[in-house]
Amino acid sequence: MTATQTSLDRVTRVAGVRGALIVSAADGLVVAEQLMDGVDGQAAAALTGSLVGRLARTAESAGLRPPVFVHLRGEAGSVLAAPGPDDLVLVAVVGPEANLGLARLEMIEAAGRLA
Amino acid sequence: MRALEPWVVQPLETFLAESAARLTLLMTSSGQVVAQHGFSRSLDVMTAAALGAGIVASTDELARLMGGAGFEALVHHGQRQSCMLAAFATPRGRWIGLVVFGPETSVGIVRLFFDQMIGQLAAAAPREQPSAPMLAENFETELDASLKALFGR
Repeated sequence: MTATQTSLDRVTRVAGVRGALIVSAADGLVVAEQLMDGVDGQAAAALTGSLVGRLARTAESAGLRPPVFVHLRGEAGSVLAAPGPDDLVLVAVVGPEANLGLARLEMIEAAGRLA
Repeated sequence: MRALEPWVVQPLETFLAESAARLTLLMTSSGQVVAQHGFSRSLDVMTAAALGAGIVASTDELARLMGGAGFEALVHHGQRQSCMLAAFATPRGRWIGLVVFGPETSVGIVRLFFDQMIGQLAAAAPREQPSAPMLAENFETELDASLKALFGR
């Protein structure tokens, strides 16, 4: 199993996670994905890649270090993102019932191993 | 942004707002311009349309030789700006989109909203077909009228 598949497996194993994908932040394109039916990977990759890139630039402009974890909460769930090396971002789409603490830990750990 | 047909305006404006594209050209598969955004000279539009239609025709033939369906999109990545060329079906026939974008957006964003625009164009297209085909004897008149509509002069 490749490192990317291992990372996705760790994240999708967390209860409430509807899918995970690895995104090239600069391009907003999917590198690898494990998604449930109904989750639009192309849209998630494009929009999350853009969001993480803008947040990193915002933090830099404010004299801060780039974010290590992004949590975008909506009414029906959340989008989680953990930037990794080589401009890759680990993204998870989770439902409202998800264990966010465990998902966060797994994502930060898995994102650090992306390369 | 200027368009030859009013029903193209709203989908294209939405695409431009969401994608942050610098230049956009919509044309038929034969290179006849339908709408443009960002071009300031008619010569540039005509050249880009002719080259874009030629590239799509070439890649279609390449795909046919390789025994597959046509390519969905062609993206050239550049240091300061990139270019996406994609052919798509509309109720008015096969069209081509040429989009130039910079580092302020991404190919994923451009592709995402381009696909949405295709759906909006399909929904907005009038059901009746254009009345008359383009004929050689009125080609120049039609071309002049199109360029005036696209550049407002």
